[in-house]
Amino acid sequence: MASKKGSDKYSVLLPTYNERDNLPLIVWLLVRAFQQSGHDFEIIVIDDGSPDGTLEVAQQLENIYGKDKIVLRPRAKKLGLGTAYIHGMKHATGNFVIIMDADLSHHPKFIPEFISKQQERDYDVVSGTRYRGSGGVYGWDLKRKLISRGANYLTQILLRPGASDLTGSFRLYKKAVLEKLVESCVSKGYVFQMEMIVRARQLGFTIGEVPITFVDRVYGESKLGGNEVISFAKGLLYLFATT
Amino acid sequence: MTKLLQWLLGVGLLLGTWACLVWDLVPAQLTPQWKEVVWVAPMYLLMSFACYSLATIGYRVATFNDCEDAAKELQQEIEEARRDLAKKGLKLS
Repeated sequence: MASKKGSDKYSVLLPTYNERDNLPLIVWLLVRAFQQSGHDFEIIVIDDGSPDGTLEVAQQLENIYGKDKIVLRPRAKKLGLGTAYIHGMKHATGNFVIIMDADLSHHPKFIPEFISKQQERDYDVVSGTRYRGSGGVYGWDLKRKLISRGANYLTQILLRPGASDLTGSFRLYKKAVLEKLVESCVSKGYVFQMEMIVRARQLGFTIGEVPITFVDRVYGESKLGGNEVISFAKGLLYLFATT
Repeated sequence: MTKLLQWLLGVGLLLGTWACLVWDLVPAQLTPQWKEVVWVAPMYLLMSFACYSLATIGYRVATFNDCEDAAKELQQEIEEARRDLAKKGLKLS
């Protein structure tokens, strides 16, 4: 175990857009989680030209925690999640990559569990799941829960993806596996997350799961409108016909 | 094979078998009572599947964990993080 900790490094990719309130907090929680578990890590912040000064806050964090721990890879404007991962991965020096939201809905305390799950059977991907075991959500009303469970059930029936949480985006990947997956995924938004896990299964990668709690955005607006439902339906049909 | 093709194949096989039995395309020689059963089988199958689906979704919505504790814990950690970050010199103007 000790030797494993010595050789593995975990690169956390944090795509941000207007997260100046949340970024210092998520970084603080990440640093604490990794210091407690003793794994080597780096946090790669990919800010897409946030007008609220997220990058300036990120620079302060870089000074506090050091350039080896906080790596800034900003881009000029909002260019989408898939390309943010490609951009971040190019600079990742770890052999594992962790992807999560920077809005505090994903808690870094689960990362050590992701890591031990990965080591358990040398999984290619470990996905957090809100739908199993002790996993769950906070801040969702009945309607939101119904839509979420309904959409998830439909997806399970149609795609049989072998993972219980497809639209969540708190995951750990072997770096080479993530590179392969990003290459083969074309969707946008959170359909992208769904495509990643479905393609992972299609390409024969192994997937482990860890129950996580999802605390809906503490600061800022959470979005689930008609547009999201339509893009989800389109994404589902697209994956149904192509995988 | 895509999931779409798998579904078409599965549904096609079931409907094919059903049509063969209903219209005597194979020499199965079902009694009239059995024929009646087979005739309505797809309808019943569909209805039971719908009931199963609704029950499953309902159960899962009802048992969806509300993570009150996780939210409280996070709030405390946020306070702690703010204090510590201020001490380390982070300025949020």
